Amino acid sequence: MASINLKINNKSYTVDADPAMPLLWAIRDLVGLTGTKYGCGIAQCGACTVHLNGVPVRSCSLPVSTVGNKEITTIEGLSTDNSHPVQQAWIQEQVPQCGYCQSGQIMAATALLKKNPNPNDKDIDTAMQGHICRCGTYPRIRKAIKTASSIMGSKASIK
Amino acid sequence: MTANSKISRRNFIRISSLSSVALTLGFYKTATGSVVSVIKPGSEAAVANVELNAWISIDPLGKVTIINHRSEMGQGSFQSVPQIIAEELEVNLNDVNIVFAQGSQTLYGSQITGGSSTIRGSYKKLLHLSATAREMLISAAAKKWNVPQSECYAENGHVIHRGSGRKANYGSLVEEAVKLQPPANVALKDPKDYKIIRKPMPRQDTPLKTNGTAIFGLDKRLPGMLYAVVERNPRFLGKVKSFDDSAAKAVPGVRHVLKVQMNVFSHKREGVAVVADNLWAAMQGRKKLKVEWDDAGFDHHSTDQLYAKMREDVKSGKLLSYKTKGDVDRVLTSSASTLEAVYETPYEAHACMEPLNCIADFKDGKCVIWGPIQGPDWVQADVAPMLGLKPEDVTVNMTFLGGGFGRKAFLDYPHEAAVISKEVKAPVQVVWTREDDMTQGPFRPGMVYQCKGALSGNGGIAAFETRIAGQNMGHQNPGADRNSYNDSATEGLPETYLNSLPNYRFGDVPLESPVPVMWWRSVYSSTNAFAFESFLDEMAIAAKKDPIDFRKQHFWDGRYHAVLDKLMEVSNWKQRKANDGYGIALTECFATIVGEVVKVSRKADGKIQIDKVWAVMDCGWYVNPDVIRAQVEGSIVMAYGASNFHATEFKDGKAVQQNFNTYRMPRINDIPEIEVHVMDNEEKAGGVGEPSLPPFAPALTNAIFDLTGKRIRKLPFALNEA
Repeated sequence: MASINLKINNKSYTVDADPAMPLLWAIRDLVGLTGTKYGCGIAQCGACTVHLNGVPVRSCSLPVSTVGNKEITTIEGLSTDNSHPVQQAWIQEQVPQCGYCQSGQIMAATALLKKNPNPNDKDIDTAMQGHICRCGTYPRIRKAIKTASSIMGSKASIK
Repeated sequence: MTANSKISRRNFIRISSLSSVALTLGFYKTATGSVVSVIKPGSEAAVANVELNAWISIDPLGKVTIINHRSEMGQGSFQSVPQIIAEELEVNLNDVNIVFAQGSQTLYGSQITGGSSTIRGSYKKLLHLSATAREMLISAAAKKWNVPQSECYAENGHVIHRGSGRKANYGSLVEEAVKLQPPANVALKDPKDYKIIRKPMPRQDTPLKTNGTAIFGLDKRLPGMLYAVVERNPRFLGKVKSFDDSAAKAVPGVRHVLKVQMNVFSHKREGVAVVADNLWAAMQGRKKLKVEWDDAGFDHHSTDQLYAKMREDVKSGKLLSYKTKGDVDRVLTSSASTLEAVYETPYEAHACMEPLNCIADFKDGKCVIWGPIQGPDWVQADVAPMLGLKPEDVTVNMTFLGGGFGRKAFLDYPHEAAVISKEVKAPVQVVWTREDDMTQGPFRPGMVYQCKGALSGNGGIAAFETRIAGQNMGHQNPGADRNSYNDSATEGLPETYLNSLPNYRFGDVPLESPVPVMWWRSVYSSTNAFAFESFLDEMAIAAKKDPIDFRKQHFWDGRYHAVLDKLMEVSNWKQRKANDGYGIALTECFATIVGEVVKVSRKADGKIQIDKVWAVMDCGWYVNPDVIRAQVEGSIVMAYGASNFHATEFKDGKAVQQNFNTYRMPRINDIPEIEVHVMDNEEKAGGVGEPSLPPFAPALTNAIFDLTGKRIRKLPFALNEA
């Protein structure tokens, strides 16, 4: 066991964890933020996606001891009031059904739009194909990413 | 009143505390049926006789509370039920508050979220109840203002007097309304006047699912809760012979290691549970376990063996007859134009994105359960005796479900959690890893079909026979009669064709196997439709008829013609180009008719692609067109997964595919454009969550035949190899 400092959503946490424990379980069970989900444990489904310094990673396959000083952002850190353009677009397009995979989908879409504010279908396929949705919300995810892109674009032009 | 309908103290307190300050209406069970009545505050006898699946309450602030007795697993009941109430009650949808019910068959009747039944089972009562409450509030206002009731109307949570413009909030009328007798008859709105029903209202649970606050089973925590994982026998009926837990117990955080046993239909499944302070520690402890299994007494089946037996069964096995008419054998042997085909569909895992999990807190002879559960009343009624408890001593709380699809209606995982909690004397959350979830079943049964048909001189069907081989779910239950027909495996048969068929025979040849099988979204319809609608297409082609015209020729029901006409129109069926492949399939299950057209073409590299899917659903009276479209889109994606991407195979008695690396799921880049149409009519409400899954696979293979002349009769198949 080791004492490990984590910076999550601009807050500092100290957890006492097995260094090999995946970041996912540290976030969920030790820190207590349950918006990040367990889906497969082998980086195949994307439900556990969080950002490390803005880059999407699979927290189920990343030992907590390797995170170091990097800033972790979870779904709770995007915004708690659904004010982030991606969250707004997800609500506007009524994407979630069961909703279990959507934290990971939203984190991946957010990272995509940050890198590429106007993604085309191919860009969306590339960025999102690591994410499984058993309810089959894919057509709406595609639409919502385009909606988020236009929300962000109109905000940027106001500024 | 029977002893059986006695309400538990716990539920009663919760309900009476609401009703003591509110206008609470419910349907009372009487000798002659059900009547709407006010639930009197503090009256236990009154509450006990109310059917709470139709139950609403309005408080002095005008807030409306309903109990959602069904689970929310993505299908949208969280939205649809309040939408019905808000319409007739004339309130803002946002003023309807939803509380998840606890499991209780006594209070709510059936709570199982299955069979696409949430809306079609309760909408008439909900409409009636809401209109009754509205009329009582109008009546209370008229009395207060001393004006005729006919001069008052309700709108947006208020009663308004037409002449004077006086206005009263519902909340301010509650005290007066409680004293009134509910009217015996209330007028329901004409659907063309609906303001909320039939509108694509956004779901109230969506904001909870975009910021991480929705609590799924896996997110629920209780004070002092421990976490458990279980090493279960990888073969379905095996036992634990012995285990060595010394290394497991040495893992920091591991508290207990114990043998567990849970019921799986008529059998016991055995495993060894590792209980720890956190889930990761439990998982690490499990890896260090050494377990010896006793697998004696049953066959270690492989997929090849199971299908070899089923292929033999469809030819010569003893048929449990479902329906038969005329002389099929004579027509088949004497007809000049006959055809025959064998179809195969795979075993499938449910693979809900949220793996199975359940919390149990067993203390002082009572058990409180929290989890993603499709049938909370079943858990209460059936798990209680397994624990030696009375049903009222088991409280079942529902969380959001991260998918269900039938799997979360099975009772093994709550049972297992309760057994472990009882043993370790602490609240415990049992978590199934993805591998546990994918390999332990119950699965959708794999099926083999043999279809035979004869055509008449005018190009119609003269005879149709289907022999179905595969596991019969009904045969797994304790004491099941395996020698006569049960209605398990034959559902989704083309009932609507039967009137026009002079000779037919349908039936199943059940396969006995230790593999546990269970409902999987749309159940046997999900596989039966592939055989029936593929064979219909084969017969249409043999009769040299357009596949849609051929179907219309055999349907006598106008609703079927309307769905097919709509499909022809939206898909440009008659105007298709030479290089397009078009396929149609049409099925009815859960009282809903769905037709789908799939269009395929060849890409530049010669491989086949799906260009588009059109779906037309006739589910009769409906609530929310956007929720319906979402369910149809999702059903088609799930059907595409089972037709072209994944299957569960068995080898040496164990499931082979353990995780998403081998059980390949459709991804965003695989999904074609899907266009959904909902028929507008006032027929009885049908199901929405399942019926659009079955037509997809046959519509796709029919389209591939149309393009290539090649008939695909076995699922799954790789599209780029077709």
